Amino acid sequence: MLQRIRKAQLLMDTACEITGRPVNIMEVCGTHTVAIFRNGLKETLPKSMKLLSGPGCPVCVTHQGYIDTVLELADRKDIIVATYGDMVRVPGKNGSLETRKSTGNVKIVLSSEDALQLARDNPAKTVVFVAVGFETTTPASAVAVKTAAAEGIDNFCILSNHKLVVPAMDALLSDEKNMIDAFLCPGHVSVIIGYAAYKEIVDKYKKPCVVAGFEPMQIIEGLAEICRQIIEDRPQAKSIYTAVVTEEGNQTAQKIISECFEATDGYWRGLGKIPKSTLQPKEEFSRFDAYKRFGLKENTDYETTGCRCGQVLCGLIDPPQCPLFASVCQPLTPVGPCMVSSEGACSAWYKYGRREKKHQ
Amino acid sequence: MCLAIPARIIKLEEDRAVVDAMGNQFNARTTLLPDAKLGDLVLVHAGFAISTIDEDEARKTWQLIEEIDNFKDTQNKVSG
Amino acid sequence: MNSKDDDKILLAHGGGGQLSNKLIREHLLPRFANKTLNELTDSAKINLDSKSICFTTDSYVVKPLFFPGGDIGKLAVCGTINDLAVSGAKPVAISLALIIEEGLPFDTLDKILDSIAETAARCNVAIVTGDTKTVESGAADQIFINTAGIGVRIEGVELGFDKIKTGDKILLNGSIGDHGMTIMSLRQDIGFKSQLQSDCAALSDLTCKLISETKGIKFMRDPTRGGLAAALNEIAQQTSFDIRINETDILINSSVQAAADALGIDVLNIANEGKFVAILSPEIADECVKICRSHPLGEHAGIIGEVLKTDDAPVVDITTKIGGRRIVQMPYGRELPRIC
Repeated sequence: MLQRIRKAQLLMDTACEITGRPVNIMEVCGTHTVAIFRNGLKETLPKSMKLLSGPGCPVCVTHQGYIDTVLELADRKDIIVATYGDMVRVPGKNGSLETRKSTGNVKIVLSSEDALQLARDNPAKTVVFVAVGFETTTPASAVAVKTAAAEGIDNFCILSNHKLVVPAMDALLSDEKNMIDAFLCPGHVSVIIGYAAYKEIVDKYKKPCVVAGFEPMQIIEGLAEICRQIIEDRPQAKSIYTAVVTEEGNQTAQKIISECFEATDGYWRGLGKIPKSTLQPKEEFSRFDAYKRFGLKENTDYETTGCRCGQVLCGLIDPPQCPLFASVCQPLTPVGPCMVSSEGACSAWYKYGRREKKHQ
Repeated sequence: MCLAIPARIIKLEEDRAVVDAMGNQFNARTTLLPDAKLGDLVLVHAGFAISTIDEDEARKTWQLIEEIDNFKDTQNKVSG
Repeated sequence: MNSKDDDKILLAHGGGGQLSNKLIREHLLPRFANKTLNELTDSAKINLDSKSICFTTDSYVVKPLFFPGGDIGKLAVCGTINDLAVSGAKPVAISLALIIEEGLPFDTLDKILDSIAETAARCNVAIVTGDTKTVESGAADQIFINTAGIGVRIEGVELGFDKIKTGDKILLNGSIGDHGMTIMSLRQDIGFKSQLQSDCAALSDLTCKLISETKGIKFMRDPTRGGLAAALNEIAQQTSFDIRINETDILINSSVQAAADALGIDVLNIANEGKFVAILSPEIADECVKICRSHPLGEHAGIIGEVLKTDDAPVVDITTKIGGRRIVQMPYGRELPRIC
């Protein structure tokens, strides 16, 4: 293993010589961010490599308006809000789902199936499922909507903020200020969309896109492969997570997503509006769309003063460069989602980042 | 995103399965894997099996995990 | 009284009158019988040989009441014994206070009382005094238990934060995460079927052995709520020393790890009820590991790290399996399952 790491380090050093500066690789997956920190991977990487945390944490990129909409729904006595645990502590204008848990209107679920069951068990209330996540999680919501339609479970709907990864990658690279040399692509999103999905990014921007899993050696090998491509100047869409990621992905899942959802322009915290990047239920499923059912309108403009989650998400700054980091904004008193989400770059830095030591 | 665990299908009725991960049993839907069979090793995320796991390829990854587990010498770790 | 009422707790059982008496004489006394308790005075009179006393209290609200490896009764006794044990004391006597929800079946209560009696007897600890209250349906979730314990400090042993020095080693007596993950697997909302088992156990026999057979144990703590992460962070904060631990030296059962992975939870933050960490002089490290490993509650004991002086704010720092390093934070206090 040590040999493999040394080999990877050498490749990184060589790639750095070619670019003339540290190689900037953006990992577009919150789970990668966490895995890198949990394993102390940055310690094993040479200075020739710089890892940027991208907008791959679905909670972090959820704009403030959506969170406040969820909280408004949770305050209604005729609604049960069903949510994955990830969203529970995200702060809105007025508290969070956690502060509302004692009312009994907020239920944590492990799957969309559980949310559907809540609807079956509580016919007098409407269950709103907080449908966030990237393509790995979207099929679960699609199946729930289709099941609700088939079984006539009318007291069920979803508030969708499902996002698409590739449009975000495109938006990042289309910004002239970007310093991204390559993408380390998300392992499980790629299970669904296939690594061929990144070909359009490679073709347009000539940057390597490599899919890796979440074990530390997978990540190191993924970074090494990127450096190999840089050295040989042959950017490619490739996967080293061969156990589960194929070129075309899970086509059954892709079909179910496209049967249920359509891509619309959507707001990403810090990145603003990205065309065709957010999924909403199609017209035929509109009665399961909480936005349509409750006539909800969202404020997409405001951001919390001083919070630089947006710049962190674009890899323009590291969390410690945000003036609120570790002072006003901490895990117990988070200001932005990057701190509250366990996958958020700020949370990962705070929890796992080593402080500078004088020795060692 | 996102957390997914490897687990073996130990019960399967249409698209509703029970999967086993080191003795822990969870419900999972195989709606996204119409070809899934009893005994398959699958990747489960948010209550859904999203992929079968190629055990040969996985063995290579697990081999690496075992290597790490056996690797106790942390003296030579060098950061750049 | 009709037979339907005979099989469960009524409010009157906590009223101090006939039914209370019946409860004490028929359910409690026969199980805990000892000279002190049998006097049924308002306070227990205890004679102790020493002036070096340890005194502790804890309340137990665990749900479900019964779980693989234990129950609320066993937990209530072990938890308090362990607080005395890690303070360097030999437990002597325990008080038992019950707050029972109206409607709790006697069957359930008796099972819990049996467990309390059995655990206390095995540890040679007497239940010398107690209290029983009943509350209306809904005012307590079935049963809450408080135990307070008194122990005598082992002679010549002074444990304390101030005894810890740079270079001291950290010993852990076995695997982590077993109790917390077992309880989590039984939760109504996110539960799952498993073979997990709580590690609930009384540690006093092992800790007393350790501290009386060696010279150089500085401090001990049991990593209950908040897990190993909380216990080590507390030590770091109180001593202003860095704590360095090695991931490869911390044992986690593979089923516990798989369950934690499935829920997206960090095992370092998960409660243990049969584990302790001991900070000790490096010279006695091998000996202590040997003593632990020859005891059923220490078969997998090992040194997991060390304590080091620092000029910065103290942190708990873990060397990961791949040789990287990261900080182990004080846990938030409530582990939430996640999918991302």
